[in-house]
Amino acid sequence: MKFETPQTVEQAVALLAADSGARVLAGGTDLLVRLRAGHIAPSAIVDIKHIDGMGEITQQADGGWRIGAGVPCAAMGEHAGLVADYPGVVEGAELIGSTQVQGRCTMVGNLCNAGPAGDSVPALVAAGAMVRVAGPNGTRDVPVLHIPTAPGKTSLAKGEFVTSVYLPPRGARGGDAYLRFIPRTEMDIAVVGCAVNVILEEDGTVACAGVALGAVAPTVLLVAEAAEALIGTKCDDAALAACAAAATAAATPIDDKRGTVAFRKDVSGVLARRAAKLAYVRAKGD
Amino acid sequence: MSRIHVSTTINGDDVDYLCEAGDTLLDVLRDQLDLTGSKEGCASGDCGACTVRLDGRLVCACLVLGAEAEGRSVETIEGMAEGEELHPLQRNFINKAALQCGICTPGILVAAKDLLERNPDPTEEEVRYWLAGNLCRCTGYDKIIRTVLETAAEMRGAA
Ligand SMILES: Cc1cc2nc3c(=O)[nH]c(=O)nc-3n(C[C@H](O)[C@H](O)[C@H](O)COP(=O)(O)OP(=O)(O)OC[C@H]3O[C@@H](n4cnc5c(N)ncnc54)[C@H](O)[C@@H]3O)c2cc1C
Ligand code: FES
Ligand code: FES
Repeated sequence: MKFETPQTVEQAVALLAADSGARVLAGGTDLLVRLRAGHIAPSAIVDIKHIDGMGEITQQADGGWRIGAGVPCAAMGEHAGLVADYPGVVEGAELIGSTQVQGRCTMVGNLCNAGPAGDSVPALVAAGAMVRVAGPNGTRDVPVLHIPTAPGKTSLAKGEFVTSVYLPPRGARGGDAYLRFIPRTEMDIAVVGCAVNVILEEDGTVACAGVALGAVAPTVLLVAEAAEALIGTKCDDAALAACAAAATAAATPIDDKRGTVAFRKDVSGVLARRAAKLAYVRAKGD
Repeated sequence: MSRIHVSTTINGDDVDYLCEAGDTLLDVLRDQLDLTGSKEGCASGDCGACTVRLDGRLVCACLVLGAEAEGRSVETIEGMAEGEELHPLQRNFINKAALQCGICTPGILVAAKDLLERNPDPTEEEVRYWLAGNLCRCTGYDKIIRTVLETAAEMRGAA
């Protein structure tokens, strides 16, 4: 096994394109666990953290945010501007693992690991976030929703890797939230996770919304019906109930030791209602 | 296969070593550099016994490659005391018996020191969350949490 530290995106793409056994290393909190357990035997590890910009969080000219693929989740929580605009994205990222895991893990690693329960993914999807993908044919911008295709599988082609995440401009009246259910208070895999992002009209009516569920399907779900239940309302009880019902209906979970199908569907609705309410309160700024 | 040459800083000293691509930083610290204070409890990021600081951030040394330390700064439990002078956390962990077998202790001390440097006056809840990734099979945590809080108060008083 080789260890590579490309200094540019082009070098990284060349290394990945030339060797189908090569694996990208970001924070290593999934990759090194699987490597040590003998589940994977890469021919090379390509550490992307030396490439310019990988460790940076920058506000773009349009007001949106670009977060480098090497940014550890702990650094997101320390960034006041990002926390103010996207508290839900940050709370999803900060739920990953322990303080020590936070010091290394990245949102892009969480996304590309393609686990159904990745905690940072639903809030990105609800916010309509995009990732920038670099590859042998140049770069392309892809909705986060389209990266995972099945548990452990992504739509990235050979030689491609993600260089950053882009969050759209927050605007004057927007807010988001992520909630997960786990049997403990820390260090556990989501039984259900739900993120809601809303943008309001001046009078407080929801103009646009995104509702995403994690851990209740092979990949993250964007639930259009749950978002439609909120649009045009002020997130009153009837709207929240309709949003919850749509989330419950959309969830297609499996039975396992952490939760039954019926329980997970029910919790999907409960979390959708609570996250919508929280996102709405944050969007109104009161 | 040729081994990787790494130049890094450990507890303020320049250190050079050779490692395989698959060696973790914890392997290097313990097996090559004789810095056996960092423990291996799980090798999967769950227990925190291997906690060190890498460029000022707490990490599990079992989830960092030795090769990744090139050009960076590593702080381990061996760097916590100033010569013979124990850090207040170390002194109090002994005096207040906040340990039994001691396997978890180096990781907890490194993590607690980092917390108190960031937040000299944490609440009990903040200490518990901060140390959620440090497992202890012996003490039941109560003495650990209390000792961290009491040390924080003592250090604030001394400052
Ligand atoms: C103790 C512990 C607790 C955890 N708790 C949680 C939790 O509560 N919630 C949760 O969701 N996860 C949890 N995880 C899993 C893990 O920490 C997260 O999935 C994390 O976000 C992975 O990020 P990383 O940067 O460490 O990824 P890495 O391990 O570096 O990479 C993960 C995968 O993505 C690929 N990859 C990484 N970066 C890129 C890129 N830029 N382009 C293309 N492919 C890439 C890698 O090749 C690898 O296959 C936990 C892990 C541990 C060890
Ligand atoms: S040995 Fe590293 S976390 Fe357990
Ligand atoms: S004292 Fe034994 S594990 Fe903590």
